Amino acid sequence: MDLGISALNYVSSIKNGEFTVEEFTSKSLERISQVDEKLHAFLRVNDLAIKNAREIDTKIKSNQNVGKCYGMPISVKDNMCIEGSKTTCASKVLENFIAPYTSTVISKLNSEDAIIIGKTNMDEFAMGLSTEYSAYGPSRNPWNIDYVPGGSSGGSGVSVSANECIASLGSDTGGSIRNPASFCSVVGLKPTYGLVSRYGLVSYANSIEQIGPMTKTVEDSAFLLNIISGIDSNDNTTVDNKNQDYLNNIDAGISGKKIGIVTEMTNSEGLSTDVLNATNDAVKTFEKLGANCEQVSLQMIPYTVAAYYTITSTEAGSNLARYDNIRYGYEFDSSGFEFNSYISQARSKLGPEVIRRMILGGFVPSAGHAGKYFLKALKVKSKLIAEINHVFEKFDFLISPTVPIQPFKFGEKIQDPVSFMMIDFNTVTANLTGIPAISVPYKITNGLPIGIQIMANRLEEHSLLQTAYALEKTVDLPEVPV
Amino acid sequence: MTKIGLEIHCQLTKLESKLFCPCKADYREFEPNTNICPVCMGIPGSLPLLNKKAVEKATLIAMALDCKTPNKIAFFRKNYFYPDLPKNFQITQLNAYGNTSIGWEGKISVEDKEIKIRRIQLEEDPGRLIYEGATEKTKLTLVDYNRAGTPLVEIVTEPDFETPHQVREFLNILSDLLENLNVSDPGLEGAMRADANVSIEGGSKVEIKNIGSFHDLEKAVHFEITRQQSLAERKIEIIQETRHWDDGRKITVSARTKEEEAEYRYHLEADIPWVRINDNTKNQLRAQMPESISSKKERYVSKYGITSQVAGILSSDRYFSELFEKANNETNAKDIANMITTDIMGLLDTREKREMSKLEGDHISDLVEYIKSNKITRASAKLALDEVIKNGKQLSEIIEDLDLGHVSDEATLSDIITEVLDEEVKAVEDAKQNPDIVNFLVGKVMQKTHGKADPELTLTLLKKNLGL
Ligand SMILES: [Zn+2]
Repeated sequence: MDLGISALNYVSSIKNGEFTVEEFTSKSLERISQVDEKLHAFLRVNDLAIKNAREIDTKIKSNQNVGKCYGMPISVKDNMCIEGSKTTCASKVLENFIAPYTSTVISKLNSEDAIIIGKTNMDEFAMGLSTEYSAYGPSRNPWNIDYVPGGSSGGSGVSVSANECIASLGSDTGGSIRNPASFCSVVGLKPTYGLVSRYGLVSYANSIEQIGPMTKTVEDSAFLLNIISGIDSNDNTTVDNKNQDYLNNIDAGISGKKIGIVTEMTNSEGLSTDVLNATNDAVKTFEKLGANCEQVSLQMIPYTVAAYYTITSTEAGSNLARYDNIRYGYEFDSSGFEFNSYISQARSKLGPEVIRRMILGGFVPSAGHAGKYFLKALKVKSKLIAEINHVFEKFDFLISPTVPIQPFKFGEKIQDPVSFMMIDFNTVTANLTGIPAISVPYKITNGLPIGIQIMANRLEEHSLLQTAYALEKTVDLPEVPV
Repeated sequence: MTKIGLEIHCQLTKLESKLFCPCKADYREFEPNTNICPVCMGIPGSLPLLNKKAVEKATLIAMALDCKTPNKIAFFRKNYFYPDLPKNFQITQLNAYGNTSIGWEGKISVEDKEIKIRRIQLEEDPGRLIYEGATEKTKLTLVDYNRAGTPLVEIVTEPDFETPHQVREFLNILSDLLENLNVSDPGLEGAMRADANVSIEGGSKVEIKNIGSFHDLEKAVHFEITRQQSLAERKIEIIQETRHWDDGRKITVSARTKEEEAEYRYHLEADIPWVRINDNTKNQLRAQMPESISSKKERYVSKYGITSQVAGILSSDRYFSELFEKANNETNAKDIANMITTDIMGLLDTREKREMSKLEGDHISDLVEYIKSNKITRASAKLALDEVIKNGKQLSEIIEDLDLGHVSDEATLSDIITEVLDEEVKAVEDAKQNPDIVNFLVGKVMQKTHGKADPELTLTLLKKNLGL
């Protein structure tokens, strides 16, 4: 039994009776217990996984209707709620938080007979890009455990890459799916804003974040997007997926398509030579596949990281204000505190990066400073949207390296917050403009992965996946060493 | 010159559910913290779902107050920490960044003075804080989130009032208007609250908060003007501050804590997409909008010749004006209006009585018709009304049941008249000299018939008997 198989191959194997759901699930659990002490992809593993697997096996044996997932083990980032179980956002503040309801994406997976195998590690409240800010310790990159797996959905990336599960759901506010996808050599898709319901996703910066699949293949991302996308009456921001089948004609090819190579993302100061070489190589591949590639400059790009951190801190300051330990939270002796000092005490459990952004979020939109920071950030955002709209009149896709650098060692970058933030340089544009973007594994250099990012216009996931598929088919990467 | 401005918070109590979740908008019957859900409790991952009906109701209010209304609205987060706010921000609206709230720049006339409305906005009510036994021993503050998320409309006026009396009049008119629009029941406890700001010539603006009722608002404003005037007379500076209304002592007291420049870090609530209110929607709402109180009054006076006073009373009350419209068959409008204002309003003077009442429009028009055609006396009509309210039976049936019909049978009446004439020998003699005495004899007949004798027939028969 190959734990590394794709979701689509898993489904056909189950249908062919090559193994049972229970067999695969217990092998996956075994794999988790073998490697996860080292990798720390999971914060919690589902105790009921085997029981769920048996139930689905029974359904299969008795020829009942079985959901599209046929019991495949899927991990979920620990910022999506499941009724009756813990959702911590890798924070001490939510250490004991048990959600009273289930998020839409997980309900959809459950109704398609997926097995939620466990909740994955992340940077606290999804703020970070290395999982070093998890309150429960970082996850490790399966390609080299001295290196970070990326973040904030680092645990999800590791769990898929290390074959601890078939696929995972992450969330992406500024690259949090694509960055660990690139660092762990898996496929990661951030859908158009509104295509996937956020109901049950603990908000960090709710105007730009999305849930998306992290998978072994592009087809698997299409498969999962088919399941999780569409209008949800519990999320007013959701848009119609028009019942698209994202798997349909996924091998259509990209002959004649126009691809823009984003200049600012391929000549930036922090870009590593190896990553640039890989990107240039990918451009050649796209041309071989029949696409027309051309440089395109987006004037607003240099301002996007500043705008991104200004907007996300503002929203985070508001979204995280509810963690005052009054309605839920953790025990502490409240005697001797008046209201404000109680709240300060409650919030002192937040980690350093979250506190940094809370402080930033209190400052940049405040009456005396909004004009200089928050309102300017909004202006950058709207100008960027105008630029993107204009660019997609001419181009079908935009490409760049997903991350300007390869995975780095623990502690190597974290000391300098500003240069750390610049690692988001290539990914934040898709969030600020609401467009879909995917990271496709492209190379392993010096034993560490490099991913290529492809962006498309709003709701163009179908053609985006076709393009990603075409690129994926040209690469042949080694097995993960763990 | 004294300047008074108001900030009124009015709950849209006629809505089924809260502004962003399915919990009940009317929370009053619930045990503490039972009318709640993940959304109004701000549980992580929950998202607000806009109640579109609230947008419609708020737009109706804006239109009724002659406001400008936008073509699309957005919501904003007002961020501050307070235990009654489950999310530590309130979802509200803002007139800034090129956005407007649901209405702005309106007006309403009060005692021939135009009061300008600065803005109207739709927002969520916070929870309720209950200071349980706030004594030295137990200083517990309890929070009940049942109210959290109730749809609230904030109406802010310009400081156009000059007297507490104008304030009171405005609040009366506004309550009637909101009731007439069927958006709110101002009679419900806590459904309408108000803050005021008061300044006198040469003084700073003072805010008064924590005013529990409209009645107290007038008193608070009155107190504050007097306080400020007495300071001014003694040449003491009136400082800009927030004062609380002390309900027990009926005075305003300084809130003491220095109000810092409020820092709310307003930003767009991205979880609720922009709501379009296009011309089509506005026209539909306008078509649904009930006739305004003033035009209703005008119509009652000009079309039916109802006196201005009666028309005023009738038009300002939604329940009784509806009853009037139902009873009115164009012929007896004036009598119907009079019967409602003189008899029925007294019989149905509480909400409970109105809810229990079985009285229909037809009953009233029938009753007026019966009186007009002398089938029943006014005195009997009152008894009949009492009965109709209780059981809702047909008027003819009630008259039969209670034997309220006129005695208009000549033979019966003649017998009674003979009886009266026999008993009242002196009056009969006097009547021959003074015809006015006849009325006394009519009264005696009425007495014997318990008011049911047909008065005209009685008079005719009496005169005949007396040879007048
Ligand atoms: Zn609720």
